[in-house]
Amino acid sequence: MEYLAIIIASIFVNNIVLAQFLGICPFLGVSSKVETSLGMGAAVTFVMAISSIAAYLIQYYVLEPLGIGFLQTIAFILVIAALVQMVEIILKKMSPALYQALGIFLPLITTNCAVLGVAILLVQKEYNLLESVTFAVSTAIGFTLAMVLFAGLRERLELADLPKAMKGVPVALLTAGILAMAFMGFSGLV
Amino acid sequence: MTNLQVFTKGFVKENPTFALLLGMCPTLGTTTSSINGMSMGLATMFVLILSNIVISVIKNVIPDKVRIPAFIVVIATLVTLLQLFMEAYVPAIYETLGVFIPLIVVNCIILGRAEAFASKNSIFKSALDGAGIGIGFTISLTLLGTVREFLGSASVFGYKIEALQPYGMLVFVLAPGAFIALGYLMVLFNKATAKIR
Repeated sequence: MEYLAIIIASIFVNNIVLAQFLGICPFLGVSSKVETSLGMGAAVTFVMAISSIAAYLIQYYVLEPLGIGFLQTIAFILVIAALVQMVEIILKKMSPALYQALGIFLPLITTNCAVLGVAILLVQKEYNLLESVTFAVSTAIGFTLAMVLFAGLRERLELADLPKAMKGVPVALLTAGILAMAFMGFSGLV
Repeated sequence: MTNLQVFTKGFVKENPTFALLLGMCPTLGTTTSSINGMSMGLATMFVLILSNIVISVIKNVIPDKVRIPAFIVVIATLVTLLQLFMEAYVPAIYETLGVFIPLIVVNCIILGRAEAFASKNSIFKSALDGAGIGIGFTISLTLLGTVREFLGSASVFGYKIEALQPYGMLVFVLAPGAFIALGYLMVLFNKATAKIR
């Protein structure tokens, strides 16, 4: 039941993009086609799951026993950057097909604040290892959901006849606002 | 570019929020009120100026191939300093801004300035550039925070406007309002600067 609450809360109620404002860059930048946003979502899910385990292990087996909790930010960002590089190299060797599909999105993920954000949040919320992974994966699903929904809307928006000053990002932000309003309907669910 | 141009270009022409569209997460996430927006802008400016100076000092020592990780370490160190400093002296603001303070590390504005400017220019110019872009970012965040606070809770910088109290639209303080307010501000910015840019 606890896990179900985490899953629903992080996919719908506290959607990482539309309620917590993390990972806005790829949300506005990448999501103009449904297919690419699915690819980006898959890559983020993959990296978030692994980095949440890494972040958990570092926090509770390295930083806290040594009493250097204040180095959290530095440790997490370095580990995530290294991890993304490693995942990229391993995928290239082991599964060229998956690499082809995710490849271009992987370097972008290092600067995706959602990944670092989730690592910091899972420590703040004091989740155990299994809860952390559940939280990371369902957050990433929430991210993918928002990206795909938004991409579908933007594909339509391209055809709309808009004033020049409104084209591109401004109208995308307004659309995101309405989408966020729809997601507010989920609040109180958990 | 003259020193004055380096300093002022971040205000409008290369405004990080409205013209370059960088650092969107803190822009949307922390601007629930004028004060919060301004604190986030100042915190980012602090890191930006110092990281530009440090990177400009060590630019000849860093091998070209590992420059991005090196920049990230410098930025992360400065953010950690900022975190400890804010936790000690302004705990209330530190609490409100929450996860967005450590996330300054992944703010693309800072890494972008390091890569595009500080790694190629003198210490003084890099500091000016950091200050200029930082001020531009602070202005944008304060502006967005003020608009949201005014529409959402009918107050400005924490001062309540009694006559307008019944007309506050709570949605502007909540998540959707952030997107909508920024969207319309961006439309106005595009309209106003269409001739300059």
